[in-house]
Amino acid sequence: MTLEIIGISVLWLFLFLYVIVASIDFGAGFFNAYSSFIGKQHILTGIIQRYLSPVWEVTNVFFVFFFVGIIGFFPQTAFYYGTTLLVPASLALILLAIRGSYYAFATYGAKINHRGYIYMYGLSGLLLPAALSPVLAMSEGGFIKMDNGQPYLDYWTLFTSPLMWSIVVLSLTAVLYISAVFLTWYSSKAGDLKANELMRKYALIWAGPAIITATGIIYELRGHNPEHYARILDLWWVFALSFLLFAGTVYLIWKKRHYGWAFILLMGQFFTAFFAYGASHYPYLLYPYLTIYDSFTNESMAIALIIAFIAGLCLLLPSLYLLFRLFLFDKDYVEGKSDYHA
Amino acid sequence: MDFQDPAFLSRILTLLTLSFHILYATIGVGVPLMIMIAQWVGIKKKDDHYILLARRWARGFVITVAVGVVTGTAIGLQLSLLWPNFMQLAGNVIALPLFMEVFAFFFEAIFLGIYLYTWDRFEDQRKHFLLLIPVALGAAASSVFITIVNAFMNQPQGFEVLNGEMVNVSPLLAMFSPAVPTKVAHVMATAFMTSAFLLASIAAFRMLRGSTHIYHKKALFLTMKLGLVFAIATALIGDFSGKYLAEYQPEKLAAAEWHFETGEEAELILFGVLDGEEAKYAIKIPYALSILAHSNPFTEVIGLNEFPEDERPPLWIHYLFDTMVMIGMWLALFSFVYVVAAWRGWAFIQAKWFRWLTVAGGPLALIAIEAGWWFTEVGRQPWILRGHMKVSEGATTSGQVDLMIILFAGLYIILGIGTVVVLSRMYRRNPVEKELAARENAKGGEEQ
Repeated sequence: MTLEIIGISVLWLFLFLYVIVASIDFGAGFFNAYSSFIGKQHILTGIIQRYLSPVWEVTNVFFVFFFVGIIGFFPQTAFYYGTTLLVPASLALILLAIRGSYYAFATYGAKINHRGYIYMYGLSGLLLPAALSPVLAMSEGGFIKMDNGQPYLDYWTLFTSPLMWSIVVLSLTAVLYISAVFLTWYSSKAGDLKANELMRKYALIWAGPAIITATGIIYELRGHNPEHYARILDLWWVFALSFLLFAGTVYLIWKKRHYGWAFILLMGQFFTAFFAYGASHYPYLLYPYLTIYDSFTNESMAIALIIAFIAGLCLLLPSLYLLFRLFLFDKDYVEGKSDYHA
Repeated sequence: MDFQDPAFLSRILTLLTLSFHILYATIGVGVPLMIMIAQWVGIKKKDDHYILLARRWARGFVITVAVGVVTGTAIGLQLSLLWPNFMQLAGNVIALPLFMEVFAFFFEAIFLGIYLYTWDRFEDQRKHFLLLIPVALGAAASSVFITIVNAFMNQPQGFEVLNGEMVNVSPLLAMFSPAVPTKVAHVMATAFMTSAFLLASIAAFRMLRGSTHIYHKKALFLTMKLGLVFAIATALIGDFSGKYLAEYQPEKLAAAEWHFETGEEAELILFGVLDGEEAKYAIKIPYALSILAHSNPFTEVIGLNEFPEDERPPLWIHYLFDTMVMIGMWLALFSFVYVVAAWRGWAFIQAKWFRWLTVAGGPLALIAIEAGWWFTEVGRQPWILRGHMKVSEGATTSGQVDLMIILFAGLYIILGIGTVVVLSRMYRRNPVEKELAARENAKGGEEQ
């Protein structure tokens, strides 16, 4: 295994973790808003706040980790993606800022319960994945063009591309599906039957669209980037495994059994699909300009970064374990028997 | 000034984001230590008031942390969005501390979440106190790492340039540039000092508003003592920073002091207006610049004329330098007077005018932070990577920066107003008297 592969695997893993925790966060905001809209807010709010409050800041760090890491391991990406992403990334940043600060303001400070804010919060959770997902489309090539040696983003081609819109739709359905499955499990742990029933319904509703759009994208790629499509076909068995895991999740939720396992299978489904997608993208970071080899940092920096990464993990993993033990696996806390916040 | 030029616009947006972020970042680094000290004193003295102090500070701290996190995320990403050519080059050398900063931030975020949501969950307050150590350490460590990145931009080393590319990179050498010790120490000391004076402002303000509770007196005395300690530390480190500048970045010091001709027995210029190369209406202290630069009144200080004109920083940084130093001196003196008077039991510190001066301390310290950062950043113009890359070469070529400035300015206005409204509402609805009474009741209830 080369340093390049280690580097990109580490980053891809953190992006995967961000996708999962951020989906739970974004989806929870949306379900909270939606249930408020249909007059069922009282069912979900408690559960959602109890999970989100201690972890929302940690969710944010996964994102920071990814973009700092990719610039560190692959400084050339700053040149291509940095120049072209100014507008979409700034929009995402503004949404992220409003969302994060609003959450602290509302739940911790002012205890605002205004419906308008709840809707805005829910909506921003859907806009964010929509603003972030074009990056995946851009990496397939054809949207970033060169002018006098400087890259620029061709907005017209991007916004008229079915591939871009498929990715946006996929990110939305995946967010809602992941979040619903997680909250089904979390509410069942809390013994909150009403919330559990509602979330189970949402999970089943969003399972179909999520899997259909995921398959649709593979089809889109056939026309857009045949080279990538061929590599995906080579890895068909991993995608098939991913589908089986998906079927397992839906089955367990349908049968109202083992929600914990259902969530683990879901993680497996996305993990396999995410890594198979990443592996089929290899070796390109930006088709056809940038591969992981020509953008890689010098060797001494790569080694230093990997050492820092291992040292960091030694610090991080026990801390994360403690966090989960206190807020995810602690019966009293999850059931909301006591509110210990400062 | 060219409003079409992406480099100029990128500077504006970076200035805007950093100036806003630094307010919250300073609080984010300093306040955890104050909370930690208050909780420690509370445990030691078995005084519930200090524990409550820690708890109420922590509650307000969450709000500032939230804004600090989101604006910090913004500047983190803006580095690559606005300065892609710079990051492409410097990323090869300086990625390590940037990466470590994220780990420190991660560590802090985890334990802050745990700390905030486990009040009263542990029987023993000492256990809860232990959770604060990683929070304060993480906050301090992330400021150390990010300041290291900035120090590198001021004094790059740890690489060689071959055909426009950086080769033979040594990540550790790049991390420990000569600018690191003074910069890191100064950032930490001023963050602690600013936080202490801010918290003192709040206590003084409550007392002015007629609250006579002993709780506020304890808070004020504790924070003023801490403020004094860190103000003295800041002044000492500031002196070292002057010596660092004289040695490694003489053009910055020379521009700050309008020192044009290289010469011995250099004088320090306070205030004044520049007329050509002559400082008018200024207070000139003979020998002081030589003392600041080399601890010796007769040594030579390099003047601005030694540098080519297109590599000189703008001369208005003198005003920033003055602002920073004056506020620092004032706060050190002021807190010294307060602490001595409090020990001696002199009554004037309870007078209204004195309380108002105390209230002004926190905002003044924040102004000094801004002035200091503008001084250090504008003072290395025209370089983005001193000696290697100019600002204009590092910027994006994108044509949409102007629009982004408007968007982000709007965002910061909303966040700024939001912070003030939420914080004041939070404390006004639940004043300390009410909370103390509620706690008494709860305790009484348990005993029955």
